[in-house]
Amino acid sequence: MNMLMLIIVALGMICSGVPGLFFHRRSAAGQRLGAAINVAAAAVGMAVVLFHDILPMAAEVWHPAGALPMGKVALSLDDLGAWFLLPIFLISALGSIYGLGYWPQRKHPADGRKLRLCWGLMSGAMVLVVLAANSIWFLMAWEIMALSGYFLLTTEDGKPEVRQSGWVYFIATHLATLCLIAFFVLLRVYSGSFRLWPTEVAGLPAGPLAALFLLGLIGFGFKAGLVPLHVWLPAGHANAPSHVSSLFSGVMLNMGIYGIMRVVVIAGRPPIWWGVVLISAGVLSAFLGITWALAQRDFKRLLAYSSIENIGIITTGLGLAVLGLSMNHPIWVALGLGGALLHMLNHSLFKPLLFMGAGGIMHGANTRDMESLGGLAARMPAVFRLMLLGSAAIAALPPLNGFVSELLIYLGLFYTLHGSTAAPWIAWVIPVLAMVGAMALMTFVKLTATCFAGQPRTAAAAGAHDPDAAMLGPMMLLAAACVLVGAFPVLLTGLLDHAIAAWVPWPQSPSLAGIFNFWWITAVAVPLLIGTAGIAWWIHHWRRGVREKGVGTWDCGYAAPGRRMQYSGSSLMQTMAWMFRRILWRREKLPEVRGIFPPAADYACNTPDPLLDRVAEPVLKKIGNILESARILQSGAAQLYMLYILLIVLILLLIK
Amino acid sequence: MKTLIAISLQVVLLALLPPLLLGIINKTKAWFAGRRGPPLLQVYYDLLRLMKKNVVISSTTTWVFLAAPLVSVISVLLAGLMVPLGPMAAPIHFTGDLIMFAYLLALGRFFTTLAALDTGSSFEGMGAAREVTFACFSEPALFLVLLVLVKLSGTPSLSAMLLSASHVRIGSTASAALVLAAVSLFVVLLAETSRIPVDDPNTHLELTMIHEVMVLDNSGPLLGAQIYASSMKLLILAAFLLHVVLPLNPALVGRDWGIMLAGLVAVAVIIGAVESLMARLQLRFVPTLLVAACLFSGFGFLLIL
Repeated sequence: MNMLMLIIVALGMICSGVPGLFFHRRSAAGQRLGAAINVAAAAVGMAVVLFHDILPMAAEVWHPAGALPMGKVALSLDDLGAWFLLPIFLISALGSIYGLGYWPQRKHPADGRKLRLCWGLMSGAMVLVVLAANSIWFLMAWEIMALSGYFLLTTEDGKPEVRQSGWVYFIATHLATLCLIAFFVLLRVYSGSFRLWPTEVAGLPAGPLAALFLLGLIGFGFKAGLVPLHVWLPAGHANAPSHVSSLFSGVMLNMGIYGIMRVVVIAGRPPIWWGVVLISAGVLSAFLGITWALAQRDFKRLLAYSSIENIGIITTGLGLAVLGLSMNHPIWVALGLGGALLHMLNHSLFKPLLFMGAGGIMHGANTRDMESLGGLAARMPAVFRLMLLGSAAIAALPPLNGFVSELLIYLGLFYTLHGSTAAPWIAWVIPVLAMVGAMALMTFVKLTATCFAGQPRTAAAAGAHDPDAAMLGPMMLLAAACVLVGAFPVLLTGLLDHAIAAWVPWPQSPSLAGIFNFWWITAVAVPLLIGTAGIAWWIHHWRRGVREKGVGTWDCGYAAPGRRMQYSGSSLMQTMAWMFRRILWRREKLPEVRGIFPPAADYACNTPDPLLDRVAEPVLKKIGNILESARILQSGAAQLYMLYILLIVLILLLIK
Repeated sequence: MKTLIAISLQVVLLALLPPLLLGIINKTKAWFAGRRGPPLLQVYYDLLRLMKKNVVISSTTTWVFLAAPLVSVISVLLAGLMVPLGPMAAPIHFTGDLIMFAYLLALGRFFTTLAALDTGSSFEGMGAAREVTFACFSEPALFLVLLVLVKLSGTPSLSAMLLSASHVRIGSTASAALVLAAVSLFVVLLAETSRIPVDDPNTHLELTMIHEVMVLDNSGPLLGAQIYASSMKLLILAAFLLHVVLPLNPALVGRDWGIMLAGLVAVAVIIGAVESLMARLQLRFVPTLLVAACLFSGFGFLLIL
């Protein structure tokens, strides 16, 4: 019954963009209908998932009458999957409401309908990815998600940079799918069935097991955006409409994490090196992600790189849990996996909030370059408050949600220091994470300050204004969720414990609530929140009395400080940019000073993705040149292509 | 009953003691310079005077500017309730409080730097930039110190590990690790509380501006709150350092409160001496100093692995 509900929900989401196709290209009705379907589907879906414990539905398999050639349709849901469904429902619904204000059909008659069709397809496909209990169905849902994602990213396909970033995404997602096809074929070979999660490949020799792990890690790592597989992510997120970025960053990256989480337990107890690889990849992604984020001028690219950082933190937690499995430490498993899952949910709350805020800024000021903004706090007070809260949450500051999950991961890492078989080498991750945390704080101080503080640097920023309720409403909801999870994390411990139990291949799973007392977080968070509320009240009543009109900032006696003289985001991170110049690998054009009276000179600097810019693109270009010779086969005649297919099928039959 | 007294003593000391430490530092510096210096309680008088004053607020600023000093006070106060000032466990102590402690200090930094940038002044922007940049290097140093302490005490809770750090036998490997951690922590303390050789608390001039320049536009009670918060941070970190260094015995409560208070005075005198005897580092060498602090505690951690 519950499974049937979820299938209806997924189908509803998939079809939510269809009615819009039949309305006039400037009519808002189709869009409202689509949003309504999404919201209703999400509400039903959330209800099913949250009450899933009361109405159990362990591994229900749905058999339609006519079986398809590749086996029966099999869908199932366990508590781990349920945890992943929550953000899909939430962001899909909130994003489509946000779209009403951000991407109204009236203003986007050309691409609004395409966007909503693919939005529904992608959200529904992600639900099916989580539900799939058969590798063929998994791959089909996966491809629907990936391809509709492509059309979402290239919503504004008239712009060359959008097509360019879409193209990179397209290549990356195909490479990922190639790895996954290989992974599932191997899985079929070794387990003997297409059945998924849990699969039974226990007792495999080390070689094939390693191949399975690496293929899965690379395939899913592409989606999750682990460094160095992240090359598609920054430009893709930056060039998409903001609610699409929030769906990608807040939900689709989770699907990669979902896959990795399933892969690491395919063989029961994982080998130790799996955990080491995951922790290394996680720390590398976290560190490089935040370093690159810090250097960005485009605030959407900054947010995209910060997603890489957060995925890195999640992967570190997961790696700790995997090590806990291999070395038999239930505490590491509970804190590592619990922290990873909670951080993933938290990232699905604050990152969409920030992307929606970024959309609000673009809506108001029409630029993605934060150096031409400034002074928006007075012009967009609502967006400012929400972005400030989101920034504090993502910088893991108490009393907000990001802090809770980072605390769990840190604590798990601290626990590696003692016990019977302590592994203190893992703990060296802690100072690196601490540095990442401090850099994240710096990044988000830079983001909020450069956009919102001081005075507007351009006329566009000076004329900005708050967006309407359709855009602010979803952001407020996400912000409220950030505060709620941050102050009362105890609300989620039940669900988390169930999800951990579903993942752990042990008969008895560790309980998070038994290891860490979540009420202490509430005990500190509540005074902090009350204090903040008190401050807000005091400011409200006190400020009018003392603010003297016409008094500007103290300018140290300099008579004509200009708006352009304010400290910019680039100057804020100047020292760091210099220290990490080898990691940032920027493209810089220094002015040339020549002669006694040097003429006007200019300086330019931009920070493209170093891996894409210096490694992936040149290498791919070379490969492309080599493959040019294979063009002979590509005549363009459909008949010839059919002939190829015929020949290949014939050869395959002969081999068999 | 004993715990109740300890808790109230801790709260009272946490609230009242911080400005005194600044007074002692200033007195020490005056002594080194051959001056008589301001009275010991001068910072208290300054705070009282500031509380009565009116406030001038730049028209560029928003509510963040007003909120920041108060958020700093609240977050530092809460962090202070997690560090035992005396030989008894702190009022707030739980497994994992050390992370809460570090991030509460970060919360204060987040708001202070935002408020500085809120004024739109490039001077204050410079201070904010330096503050967040140096934090990227002092934070790992702090966490490496925490690693040493967690490894030695076997528990990730501030009160438990700080109190058990006192039991280490002098001359053992563990004590060597603690000495290295203490050096590292002292550098972190100097950086976090904006003292020489990282920052000069006496001036907001261009070359040194970090903390003082960030609060350049603050006046009246807002400035008072900032001074109070930063002096409280000094007290907390000094108490943290003392627990790493001093052999305390929780059984002798009366004696050890005395030792701790004497220790706080000593730390203030040492800071004053450092400020008098050293020149401020060039800004570009500050990260080098902090990396050195990381290395000290990193080697300390290696010793006890």
